[in-house]
Amino acid sequence: MKEAWLFAAQRISAMVMAPLVLLHLGVILYAVRDGLSAGEILARTEGSLFWGAVYALFVVAAAVHAPIGLRAVLSEWGRWRGAGLDIAMALFGLLLLALGLRALAAVL
Amino acid sequence: MKRTCPRLVKTGYDGPAMAVLEVEIWRGEGGDGAWRRYAVPHRANQTVLDVVTHVQRHIDPSLAYRFACRVGMCGSCAMTVNGRPRWTCRTHVSRAARKGRLRIGPLRNLPVIRDLAVDMAPFFEKWRDAEARFVPPPAPAEEAVRPDEPERMAADAGIECINCAVCYAACDSVAWNPDYPGPAVLNRLWTLVNDRRDGDRDGHLDAAGAGCHLCRSHQECADACPTGLNPTAAIAGLKREVFRRALGGGRREGRP
Repeated sequence: MKEAWLFAAQRISAMVMAPLVLLHLGVILYAVRDGLSAGEILARTEGSLFWGAVYALFVVAAAVHAPIGLRAVLSEWGRWRGAGLDIAMALFGLLLLALGLRALAAVL
Repeated sequence: MKRTCPRLVKTGYDGPAMAVLEVEIWRGEGGDGAWRRYAVPHRANQTVLDVVTHVQRHIDPSLAYRFACRVGMCGSCAMTVNGRPRWTCRTHVSRAARKGRLRIGPLRNLPVIRDLAVDMAPFFEKWRDAEARFVPPPAPAEEAVRPDEPERMAADAGIECINCAVCYAACDSVAWNPDYPGPAVLNRLWTLVNDRRDGDRDGHLDAAGAGCHLCRSHQECADACPTGLNPTAAIAGLKREVFRRALGGGRREGRP
């Protein structure tokens, strides 16, 4: 059943991320229309509940999605299987989560 | 489609000059071997199996290959033709040859016994291990199975598989992962999961759950299947039903 849950977690996190990726790319195009500065970015994000929520959700979804995909790649192409792989991927997910939330905290 | 136009060469077989196919056939035992070239007369409506048979009967009787029915019913003549797994009996040379050339090898993903004959045992062992077979219920269902009910139609869509292993040879996931049961086994499990007369739906879903998530949905099986089945769709259905079961859901509404 573990595989069934991982399958569902990866599909659901993908569904969460798909609109967020479009929003993220749209904001990039919009934000750089007349130059990019740290001040401009921080003016948009600091104290913003909306952007905080969007990127917190984005970070969590990416931290769920990426390790599951990497686990499949490593097991098929790297011939790495078993509990060691699962633990390594869980740690990788936590690393992504920590890095993402730390970056988010820096701009809020 | 443009017909291939083989070179005109004198062969000595049929008197006048006739077209000749340049055929490369894999020769060897076990893992060792090499491509060997043969010149085979090109005839109208010739199949790839005709070409292989010509080589064995007229050029080299030691060539090992497997066939039985010659009309696309048994599936035993499957080989790799110009890089693609096919039933050789149902593949015309005019469709498969490129510039009058054919390269005929054994099926991929299965151990070679000799030349074009592969050992099908791993394919059928996975089938056996997944118990992908009909399980009679304790008592037969009294309600008639209607041909147009959704479950029956889903089962019928995959029922014509004859276990030729063409999908198994086409599949990258099989090549990458020795634990993956392959498209044919999962397609069969999907027909059983949708068969209301079957007595072990949960057992079949458990068996499917052990392997269906290793499918990467490349659809090579659906592309290669000589009977036009779509195992990828069947596997997608299994992924859904296995998850429904993991959530604690049983049979859908209307199921006995």
